[in-house]
Amino acid sequence: MTKRPFLGVVKPRLYYNVVPDEVEELPAPKKVTLLLKNGRNGGVADAVKVGDSVKTGQRLGVSAGSSEYVISSITGTISGVAPYVGVFGQVFTAITIDAGGQDTWDDGFSKEASLDVAQRFLEYIPGCPPFAVFSDTGKTIRSIVINGMDQDLSLTVNQCVVQNEAENLKRGVQILKKITGLDRVIMVVPENLVQQASTTGAEVKRVGNRYPESLPRMIMKNVLGQVVSAGETIEEAGTVFFSAEAVAAIGKAFESGQLPVSKMLTVAGKDGKTKNVKVRIGSSLGDVLRSCQTVTHDRDRLILGGPMTGLATYSEDLPVGPDTDGIVVQGEADSAQVTDYPCINCGECVRVCPVKIPVNMLVRFLEARLYEDANQLYDLNCCVECGLCSYVCTSRIPVLHYIKLGKYELSLIETSEAVNG
Amino acid sequence: MGKEKKLVVPHALFPWQPGKEGNKAEKRFIVAYGPHWHDGGKISTKNYNIVVAALPAVLMGISQYGAPALGVIALSMACAMVWEFVMNVVMGRSVSIGDGSAMVTGLLFGMLLPATAPWWVVLLGTFAAIVIGKQIFGGIGFNPLNPPLLALAMLVISFDGIFDFNEALLNYDLDFAMTYPLANLKAFGTAGIGEFGLGALFMGKQAGAIGSTFGLGLTIGGIYLLLRGYIRWEISLSFLAGIFITALLFNMADSAKYAGPAFHLVTGYTLIAAFFLIPEDSSSPVNFIPMLIFGVLAGVMTVLIRNIGAYVDGIPFSILLLNLANPLLDKIRPKAIGKVVENA
Ligand code: SF4
Ligand code: SF4
Repeated sequence: MTKRPFLGVVKPRLYYNVVPDEVEELPAPKKVTLLLKNGRNGGVADAVKVGDSVKTGQRLGVSAGSSEYVISSITGTISGVAPYVGVFGQVFTAITIDAGGQDTWDDGFSKEASLDVAQRFLEYIPGCPPFAVFSDTGKTIRSIVINGMDQDLSLTVNQCVVQNEAENLKRGVQILKKITGLDRVIMVVPENLVQQASTTGAEVKRVGNRYPESLPRMIMKNVLGQVVSAGETIEEAGTVFFSAEAVAAIGKAFESGQLPVSKMLTVAGKDGKTKNVKVRIGSSLGDVLRSCQTVTHDRDRLILGGPMTGLATYSEDLPVGPDTDGIVVQGEADSAQVTDYPCINCGECVRVCPVKIPVNMLVRFLEARLYEDANQLYDLNCCVECGLCSYVCTSRIPVLHYIKLGKYELSLIETSEAVNG
Repeated sequence: MGKEKKLVVPHALFPWQPGKEGNKAEKRFIVAYGPHWHDGGKISTKNYNIVVAALPAVLMGISQYGAPALGVIALSMACAMVWEFVMNVVMGRSVSIGDGSAMVTGLLFGMLLPATAPWWVVLLGTFAAIVIGKQIFGGIGFNPLNPPLLALAMLVISFDGIFDFNEALLNYDLDFAMTYPLANLKAFGTAGIGEFGLGALFMGKQAGAIGSTFGLGLTIGGIYLLLRGYIRWEISLSFLAGIFITALLFNMADSAKYAGPAFHLVTGYTLIAAFFLIPEDSSSPVNFIPMLIFGVLAGVMTVLIRNIGAYVDGIPFSILLLNLANPLLDKIRPKAIGKVVENA
C-alpha cells in the first residue's frame, strides 16, 4: 500500500501497473457456479433444471421473455439452481454445474458475424462485451473505445491481452466494425504498449499511467476530449467501452467457432505479489486462490476487482464472473480501516478529486441522507468513483461507500418520481 | 464518534446462502467497499505533528518565563482534555480525547496567554474553547469558529487587564525591553518602536504571550506543517501577504504613525496565527480562491484593527470575523467536471 508521502503538500500519486505479469492457465475445476441475472419479470430459470447435462460453451437462458443468459464453462451436470442476491439487491439465479469428464463443445454458436449472434452468445464471454447498447433505440453509438488498460491498480489483464494477443484483437476489431457498421474504433493503451496496439487496425491513443486516468469518463475527457455530463451515461454520449480482453475474446470466438470460457484475472496475495491466471468462468474464488498457493485467514479481505474500487466479499465459495478482473487478498493489518468520525474539513479530498467535487460538503449531505441536495448542490452524479477521496481522507470516512449508496438511493428516488409523476 | 450515526452494513446486501459444504465457519472475511488502500493519514497523527511543530516556540516561552509559563501550558492542555472528556460523557458520545484535537486546542490556547495568567483564566478559557467553541456545535469538524481564538476573544473583552502584556509581565526582567511592541506602537506611533530590532523581535526577544513571540520557531514549525501538508499553505501565505501589503500601504501613507510591514509580521500574534490558528481545518475554506480571499482579508482586517481600531492586536477578531464568512466564501469553487448548469 502506498503511504502518504512525507511531503504531504504534493498530491498522492498512484500508478497503474503497466507491465503485465506472466499468464498461467489453471486446470478446469470440478465445479463451477454461474450467476444468471434474473429477467425483469423475475422469472427463475425454468429452462434450466437440476440433473440437466450441459456442454462447454452451451447457452443457458432464463425462461422466455428475458434475454439474459450464461455460457457454461465446463461439461457436466447441473447440480443446483438457487436464488442469489448481489450488491444493491440485484437478483440472480446461481447455477451450479458439476464437471463430468472431458470438455465436449456445444455447437449452438454459429460463426456468422451478426449483431444478433453477438447478442445471443457473446455477452457472457470474458470481459462482458456490451452488445446490448447497439439495439437500444435511445442511444446512437458513434464510436467504440477499446480500453487496453485495467481500470484499477495492480491489475494487468487488459495490458496482458494487448501485449500477447494482437492477432485476436485484430480479428475482434474487424468483427466489431463489421457487425456494428462503425468505423471509429479507438484503442487506448499505455505508452509501452503502443507498438503492439498499432497492429490491431484500431486507431491507437495513449493514456497516462497515473490513477485514475483509465476510468472511462476520464478517458473520454483526457484522451478523446469529450466531457460526458453528469446526468448522462457514456453510451448516451455516443461512445461504448469494450475491454481489450472482450475484443480479443470476440476475435477468438469467431476464429475457432468456440466461445471462450476462460477468464484472465490478476491474483494479488498479501505480500503484494501479482500473478495473472486464466480460469474457467464460474470457478470458485477458493479454487483459484488454492491453485495460486495464496492462503487466506480469518478477518482477511477477499477483494473482487482491484484495491481502489473492488468489493471485499465474504465467501471463498463465490464464483469468478466474466467481469472479474482480479482477486486481491489483503490481511487485516494492511486494509484500510474506516471510522465513523465526521469530516474535519481538512480538504485533502478536494485537492485530490479528479473531477473537482467539493467532497467535504458532499459527504456531509450524504451522511445526512440528503441525496437530492447532494446531487444538485454538490455534484454527486459527477463522481467517477475513483475512490481517491476515501484513500486520502484524514477522518477515514468511507466516502466512496457513501457516494455509491447515495447514487443508488438517488436513482430510486428518481425512478419513483418518474413512476408516480 | 456519534453513537446515533449508523453506517450501512453491507452484509445485509449479501444474503448468499451457503452451498452444501457451507461457508467455512472458521474463516470470516471482512466485507467492505473500496478503496481498500489508505494513505495512512489520520486525525491523531496530524494533531501530534501540530504539537511537535509548536514545540520550538513553546520551549522558548518556557525558557524565558520559567515555571509559570510551563504551568499555564500544562494546565491549559489538561483542562482542555478534561472539558472534552466531560462533554463526551454529558453528550453521550464516545471519548474523543485520543484524536489529539483537544490537546492541540489546549496547547494553542496556552500559547496565546501571558505566563502570568491566573489558573481560573485558563480554566475559563479552555471551557470557552472546548465547550462553547467546539462541543456544542457537535465536536470536531463542526466548529464554525476557531476555538482558541474564540476563547481568547471572550477573555480579552471580559478581562482586559490580563492581556495587557506590559502590566502582566511587569515583574519580569529579561535581557530585552519588557514592553509589548504593539502597545508601544499604538501609544507612541513608530517613535515608540525604535528600540526594537526586527531581528531580535523575530528571535523572540519581545514581551508577549508564552508561545507567540518566538517568530523563528513558529516559522520553522509552520513550514514543517506546510510541507507535510497538515495545514493549507494557501491560507497561511495569503494571510501573511494580506498583513504585509496593508501594513505597507499604511506605512507609505504615514510612516510616523504606522509601522512598516515587517514589524507587523513579527509582533503580536501574527506568526502563530498564520501557521497555527488561521489554517484550522473546520473554520477555514478548502477551495483555492476562497482560501486566498480568506487569508488576505484576515490579514487586511488585522492591520486595520491594529492601526485604527480599538484593540492593540486585531488577530482574534479579524480571524473570527472571517470564520463567519467562511461558509459563504467557500461557495466560490470550480465547476465540477461534467456538471450541467441548468438554466431555470
Ligand atoms: S470517488 Fe471521490 S475523488 Fe473520485 S471522483 Fe468521486 S468524489 Fe472525486
Ligand atoms: S479528506 Fe475526509 S476529513 Fe478531509 S475534508 Fe475530505 S472528507 Fe473531510
